[in-house]
Amino acid sequence: MVNAPTAVTALLPVLLFALTGLALLLIDTIRPSGRSNTSMAVVSALGSLGALGATAWLVVSGTVGVDAGAVRLFADTIAVDTMALFFIAIFASVTALVVVAAHDYFHDHANPAAFYSLVLFATTGMALLAVANSLAVVFVALEMVSLPSYVLVAFLKQNRGSVEAGMKYFLVGALSSAIFLFGISLVYAATGSLLFGDVAEAVGSLDGLAGVAGLGIVMIVGGVAFKTASVPFHFWAPEAYEGAPAPVSAYLSSASKAAGFVVAFQLFTEAFPVGASVGANIDWVLAFGIIAAVTMTLGNFAAAVQEEVKRMLAYSSIGHAGYALIGLAALSAGGQANGTVMGAAMAHLLVYGFMNTGAFLFVAMAERWGVGRTFADYAGLARRAPVASTAMAVFMFSLAGLPPFAGFFSKYFLFQAAIDNGFVWLAALGAVNSVISLYYYSRVVKALFIDDPDSPSALDAIDVRPTALYAAVVFAAVATVLLLPGFGPVIETAEAAASALF
Amino acid sequence: MILEALIAVAFVSALVVLLAPNEWAGKLAFALSLIPFAGSLYLWSAFDGSGNALTGGDIAFRTQVEWLEVGGRSVSWFVGLDGISLPLVVLTTFLVPLAIVSAWTPIDSRQSQFYGLMLFMQANLLGVFTALDFFLWFIFWEAVLVPMYFLIGIWGGPRRKYAAIKFFVYTNAASLLMFIGFMSLVFALGDSVSSFALPEITQAIAAGDLSAWFGIAPERMALLAFLAMFLGFAVKVPIVPVHTWLPDAHVEAPTPVSVLLAGVLLKMGTYALLRFNFTMLPNQASALAIPIAAIAVISVIYGAMLALAQKDLKRIVAYSSVSSMGYVILGLVVFTEYGVGGATFQMVAHGLISGLMFMAVGVVYNATHTRMVGDMAGMADRMPITVGILVAGAFGYMGLPLMAGFAGEFFIFVGSLSAPALPYAPVFTALAMFGIVIVAGYLLSAMQSTLFGPFHLETDYEVGPAPFHDVAPLAVLLVAIIVLGVAPDIFFEMIRDAAVPVVEGVTLDG
Repeated sequence: MVNAPTAVTALLPVLLFALTGLALLLIDTIRPSGRSNTSMAVVSALGSLGALGATAWLVVSGTVGVDAGAVRLFADTIAVDTMALFFIAIFASVTALVVVAAHDYFHDHANPAAFYSLVLFATTGMALLAVANSLAVVFVALEMVSLPSYVLVAFLKQNRGSVEAGMKYFLVGALSSAIFLFGISLVYAATGSLLFGDVAEAVGSLDGLAGVAGLGIVMIVGGVAFKTASVPFHFWAPEAYEGAPAPVSAYLSSASKAAGFVVAFQLFTEAFPVGASVGANIDWVLAFGIIAAVTMTLGNFAAAVQEEVKRMLAYSSIGHAGYALIGLAALSAGGQANGTVMGAAMAHLLVYGFMNTGAFLFVAMAERWGVGRTFADYAGLARRAPVASTAMAVFMFSLAGLPPFAGFFSKYFLFQAAIDNGFVWLAALGAVNSVISLYYYSRVVKALFIDDPDSPSALDAIDVRPTALYAAVVFAAVATVLLLPGFGPVIETAEAAASALF
Repeated sequence: MILEALIAVAFVSALVVLLAPNEWAGKLAFALSLIPFAGSLYLWSAFDGSGNALTGGDIAFRTQVEWLEVGGRSVSWFVGLDGISLPLVVLTTFLVPLAIVSAWTPIDSRQSQFYGLMLFMQANLLGVFTALDFFLWFIFWEAVLVPMYFLIGIWGGPRRKYAAIKFFVYTNAASLLMFIGFMSLVFALGDSVSSFALPEITQAIAAGDLSAWFGIAPERMALLAFLAMFLGFAVKVPIVPVHTWLPDAHVEAPTPVSVLLAGVLLKMGTYALLRFNFTMLPNQASALAIPIAAIAVISVIYGAMLALAQKDLKRIVAYSSVSSMGYVILGLVVFTEYGVGGATFQMVAHGLISGLMFMAVGVVYNATHTRMVGDMAGMADRMPITVGILVAGAFGYMGLPLMAGFAGEFFIFVGSLSAPALPYAPVFTALAMFGIVIVAGYLLSAMQSTLFGPFHLETDYEVGPAPFHDVAPLAVLLVAIIVLGVAPDIFFEMIRDAAVPVVEGVTLDG
């Protein structure tokens, strides 16, 4: 029995995203004169913060909690649980940061309204992805994230790079959507249901259909790899992130990646539980182990040889997908620390949401100033923009996992949990990769603070102080620092949410 | 609460100074840095700890608040002082204001950032010497590197980028090694510890709670962890052969940064060695006593020989730091009351003396713009007070009685001559003593050619007496060195009290 108030209450964050998006579209359509960039940005920021508030309220009020269990709606196709809310909080935070930053980035764009509504619609899709409990809902929500994303990447339609990136992203995305959908249909064929719970039951007794289900699951893994920008479906990421407007890159590499993870975490605990899958000889843990290992190594080594900061960040975000995949790769049937591993991966994605968004937003600021794209172009920026450069240094050191910042704890907890669950090799590989990453992250810091600019006039481009962009970057930096002392509640929430699924 | 307040004041001061205008950032930073100094004097007067913090002694100014939990073990905000850490806290808060004053002349760009970073480093240094939880300690330990990297990289000499990166990479790689070593110990302790508190871990190891982990037997695990941590800390100290970052960092770093680098940062390494290697794993340390003592003696002699070969005054002082740190290691490894106590005392004494030497060389450099021995002569005629203090400091380095260096080295030699834990102790001691002769040799010859004789200068600068604010910190340091040399007991008593349990941790065979 579904009663209306519960549905509205439980889905309040999702609805707030959707309503904000629609409101923006409405303002843009019926009152074109009223579509000032500022009011649009304010409305979308308020909408995302409202959704964040609603998420927090759902947890605090106990409507959704580990004890209360998930709120199941619409014949079980939707399940709002703590993990979903945790990820919705990530989406809402990243969206708020991105729309605030976009206010300055698109200050002279003809029609920024479309940008804000597209971001909000994509976020709606992500939130829906987080609460989906049926493969059909997963697919619809996934498309709801993807379609606006393609447009967002190609948003600067006068810019060849942006359009090219959008095209590439769309082609790879369409292909992987098709694969994903085919995977779903195979799983449906083998199990006879689209609901996670029913699929899980059927996976335990597949009889002769294990091959069909296994093929379906492999295809679904492929879809997840695309969304999280993991090997072997990572090719689009550097292109798309580099060509897209920097706020969009920030959004895609933080929120969209997290969306890929939430669906993976939900699917591979509720629909294809470790025990039953391994029992049916479908060892997706091994698959994720290989993907995680290759992804983090490849992302790190590729990032180390880049000359452009944005491209370096793109590869670094591939590397971080590899770390977060440990959350799936270090699971084992009946493993004592399964919940801890997945919870640590969730906490890492939250911290990553702030530090990576902040880093891309700093690039957005550099694009706004027009200082160029390479490490060399960033030389000496700290002299003219000390606050923003300090924030960037915080992001870089935190991404590298240096101790004074939150990235240290989130990585450490992840590796420790992997060790506790018996996956020492993954933790060791992650640690080695972290050390390598310090090399290319510190290059940015060195350029900003220590190198001298090529010519004294090189810094003259920094003639504006984009207030909103500054605010977003500084806020992300403060969050990155404060999440270190405040890591306790984050990891506890995440571990409790993940443990509830095992 | 006073330790938290001290660290918080340093952090807030750093922020305030960062936002202050360049013109008076230096003065403001000096004024603000006096607050932690006053605080540390209060700590000294109100110190009521006894024994060693790690082995179950009474921890002074203790606070322990749970922070979070990882893998079933709690991480907490756990700070406190014992007789070993208090002198180092006083040393830190004493040197930072002096280093800030010594920066007034040479630092002429981006001042607010410079002084802000100095104070930020001070806050983290205080954290390193007070933290008693591994994670808390590690966060402060690593956080010291970040301001240091910028201080060398931005305000350093011509090869500053190379030196900053080398410093950063070297010490970070070392930290990782040490981290792995320590964590494997914790894993091997298994369920017998419920937190990352250093006292709990030390006592669990002493109680023999190490068990096999990952197929490695407990003794072997302890030995591997000892080696990993020793190597990790050796870089920081530095011990030959992992000392190569030090001369680069010192030569390129601006004077005030060198003062803190030699005066306090190197002590982080020896302090950590004492805490982790020699207090937690005393039996592994005494099993490896001969190789460690050999490395110590090699550091003493080799560092001194390298100093002998240098022409750059700053490099001479830098290499002699390598030599002096060798004495500290020797003092630690002999495991006697006077050896360990003397090593700790020598950390403080060397902090003051090397600080003085770097500062004095800096003052000469401010006037002459050269540090090369051959480029100048007869500086005593033009800068009598500075040169006078420099000579006094050099004699302190050589171990002139009634100065702090003498007390430190004397304690170490007394301790090492009669060391039951170290075979052939008298041989090692005699060899190390020979180092003093070399120190005297190079310091005297360098001084003779630069300070005395008729005035001569290669560079084209007018040289006169140094300004008051350049000389004052030198004089203050000299007074402190003499006071500590005349009355070493003001520190040594509490140090010895904390050193005795370390010595007692060793189980000697037969």
